[in-house]
Amino acid sequence: MARRPNPVAASSYHLAGITLSLAFLAPLAWAFLSSLKPAAEARQPPLPPWPTTGVTVENYITLDGYGAGFWSHASNSLIVTLSTVVLTVIISVLAGYGFSRFRFPFKGVFFIMILSTIMIPFQSILTPLFLILSKAGLQNSLAGLVMIYVTLQLPFSIFMMRNAFDAVPIEIEEAARVDGASVLTVLIRVMMPLVAPGIITVAIFAFLAAWNEFLAALIFLTDQDKYTLPVLIVAVRSGRYGSIDWGSVQAGVTVMMIPCVILFLLLQRYYVRGLTAGAVK
Amino acid sequence: MSATDPSAAAPRPARAPAVRSGRRRGSQRRREIAGLLFILPAMALVVTFFLIPLCMTVWMSFHNWPLMGAPRWTGLDNYAAMMKDRRFWNAMNFTVWYSIVATIAIFGVAFPLALFVERTGRATSFYRTAIFLPVVVGFGSASLLWAWLMNVDSGLFSPAAQALGLTERPVNLMATTDGVFWSIIVMVVWKTAGFTMILLMTGLQSVPHDILEAARIDGASRFQQFWRIKLPLMKRTLALALILSVAGSMLAFDQFYIISNGGPRNSTLTAVYWIFSQSFVSFKLGYGAALSMVLLVILVVISLVQLWLLRSPTGDK
Repeated sequence: MARRPNPVAASSYHLAGITLSLAFLAPLAWAFLSSLKPAAEARQPPLPPWPTTGVTVENYITLDGYGAGFWSHASNSLIVTLSTVVLTVIISVLAGYGFSRFRFPFKGVFFIMILSTIMIPFQSILTPLFLILSKAGLQNSLAGLVMIYVTLQLPFSIFMMRNAFDAVPIEIEEAARVDGASVLTVLIRVMMPLVAPGIITVAIFAFLAAWNEFLAALIFLTDQDKYTLPVLIVAVRSGRYGSIDWGSVQAGVTVMMIPCVILFLLLQRYYVRGLTAGAVK
Repeated sequence: MSATDPSAAAPRPARAPAVRSGRRRGSQRRREIAGLLFILPAMALVVTFFLIPLCMTVWMSFHNWPLMGAPRWTGLDNYAAMMKDRRFWNAMNFTVWYSIVATIAIFGVAFPLALFVERTGRATSFYRTAIFLPVVVGFGSASLLWAWLMNVDSGLFSPAAQALGLTERPVNLMATTDGVFWSIIVMVVWKTAGFTMILLMTGLQSVPHDILEAARIDGASRFQQFWRIKLPLMKRTLALALILSVAGSMLAFDQFYIISNGGPRNSTLTAVYWIFSQSFVSFKLGYGAALSMVLLVILVVISLVQLWLLRSPTGDK
């Protein structure tokens, strides 16, 4: 353990570390820097990557001209994402609590049933989902998309929440119940704060999944005004709105990346916890 | 004291036993119902948006199912058509090939990285974060970004290669299957190596220190420590990372749809891409369902292999 780091080894380690970090960050930086170039410059190869003829938000303004306008699509994305996060948290907290603390018939079967849906790719049930959503009047609606996203998050989220509740000593709950608190009060007032880390983990995963999802949004949203950001930007890049405007595409990419990056940097601990939960289990 | 829930009560003076057990049974029943109510919303969603569609996929695959008009039972016709569908099997082959290459490439990069970021320290945790960052960016964004970098006129790769004198003329990566394929492999490695790296790192760190210490005292070299001790002890993590990578690659869609549109000449169509285009471009929903069944079976088999690899043999924790 107590080997003294020799200075040559240490500095070559850090040199390698910095090079690797730059290599992985470079494409993200490249997109961001290009988005700040004037449109004409953004059409040229990004050499050098930074703007040379002035910094401008021109591309972001052009982006606003596509489809139903940038804000309208950004709010589609936000509505879908935030609804998915809230519903996923509520439903998985309830179910996690139910599976952790209650005994009822077929409990094991239900639990396995929910978890096993993780084995089946949702890509293989797209056609019937399309029909079900049409029947329910939810096709081409953000609400329908939310339902699908929430369902896809449930196996992981319920697994996380059940484990979180399992880790809380039963005595805490019993003490609250002896004081006369109802089941729901115990859950909300006593248990929720104790499983908050689990809730944050579930929320981040739901956020990233819903914000970034492309295939279901592409299939189920047929009305242009309803497009979420990924679908809109792909339409821009495919030249659906005229010649390909790379500056705006990079502006769009930047806007889509920023919430993910910020969220991850702030809540990294919780994200990695969720990631390794599967590995340890 | 809690009149509402006697089962939770601390020791209390004995009452008439019959009354007490009756009340206990009643409260137990109430707790059963409460438990069911707690899981009800989750069950409702999973049944409506997963189990029913799953059964419907099977059912639809035996029908000619147009978007408008009545579906017609056609038995195994869809499956017969599928056997002759050259494009589908080409897409299947391509997807398998892609999954193998991508998985090898991801592991080839992620394993050294995991060893690299395994140690503690401020700087190392920064490197770890930087390498992981592309993972949280969506596949859609990453593909759009890469589509631009690959563009022959406005992108980076071809002009940069030319500026460095590596190529004489512009090279259009999008024009050849190999160009598209290897560019996307590089992109996927960039995008997902961080994920595999963290998984493998967790596996490496879970190897008990005293075992390594003992090995070191016995004179095991670093390579031996890794090959003979760490690697066998992290078998489960390894299996998990491997399966996640294979399963993820088998379902690839975004990058091929966004970057190459399946081209050139449909040579980079993946399985999901073909299902998507049959179901939602040609609107042959029944046929799409039959194709989906193949994908489904393959992924369930992969999952079963995973369960088998991850099973806890006695003695393993």
